[in-house]
Amino acid sequence: MSNAVSALQGEAHTGFATITEQGLRGMITLRGDLSAAPMKKAVKALTGSGVPQMRGCVLSDSHGVAWMSPDELLILCPYTHAEAAVAELSKALAGQHFLAANMSDARAVFAITGSAARQVVAKLAPVDMAQSAFSEGEIRRTRLAQAPAAFWLRDAEMIEVMCFRSQAEYVFELLKRAAQPGSETGLF
Amino acid sequence: MLVLTCPCCGVEADETELAAGGQAHIKRETVGASDDAFEEYMFMRENPKGVHFERWRHANGCGKWFHAARCTMTLEVFGTYTAQTYEPPADIRAAITAKRPGWSWGRFS
Ligand SMILES: [Zn+2]
Repeated sequence: MSNAVSALQGEAHTGFATITEQGLRGMITLRGDLSAAPMKKAVKALTGSGVPQMRGCVLSDSHGVAWMSPDELLILCPYTHAEAAVAELSKALAGQHFLAANMSDARAVFAITGSAARQVVAKLAPVDMAQSAFSEGEIRRTRLAQAPAAFWLRDAEMIEVMCFRSQAEYVFELLKRAAQPGSETGLF
Repeated sequence: MLVLTCPCCGVEADETELAAGGQAHIKRETVGASDDAFEEYMFMRENPKGVHFERWRHANGCGKWFHAARCTMTLEVFGTYTAQTYEPPADIRAAITAKRPGWSWGRFS
């Protein structure tokens, strides 16, 4: 068994917000008819929550499920559970038109923490980060500068950002630069 | 900057999240088509000053293709709609007619 490590192995940086690479995360891409009963049942059995509404994101301590597109969900789980979770989904959805793939090693996750976390994202993504426009329970797929990314709120002062593993270094540099002390925007 | 609401995920996406896919509602010609029909499909495009129909993809977003109706002169957006259609839906046409009475584009008006 190889020793799996995340892209930046937990590297952290503190500016006006703290950026921390989150280590290994279990991530499963699940595609299919999101309105079909077997799909709803399989998601519920695995994550404990239903299929989210458009752009919805439901999180618990260990699991999560997020709406990626009209036919795609992102399942979050502990890294070591991902393979078993894919097997579980494949069994539950046998005979359906679906895809369940373990994407854990293709991704990197960062946490931006602090009361100014929204300012960091707002500098890099073409997204309205006002409280009224983006809140807990939502996922937003977009770009951070030139890298595709998605993010959601873990709580009021913690934004989790997901990107491709191959772009982890670039995204970490971006986030560090955006959180540079003295460059606070004072917004949100 | 051009802002289009993606009908697949509801996001008001600015141009930097989108990839342009060129003219909409082109009928594909294939094996057995006449040279004239194939030339029309392959090379001939509308180039209007005014009402235009285009394909866009929410590339840095939900990843889906969709259609948009807009004015090339003012950048006004009349509406966005599903990619799974061969022609602009009635509500989009009505929205254009309200703003640009007498418009026509290709085989639509
Ligand atoms: Zn979209």
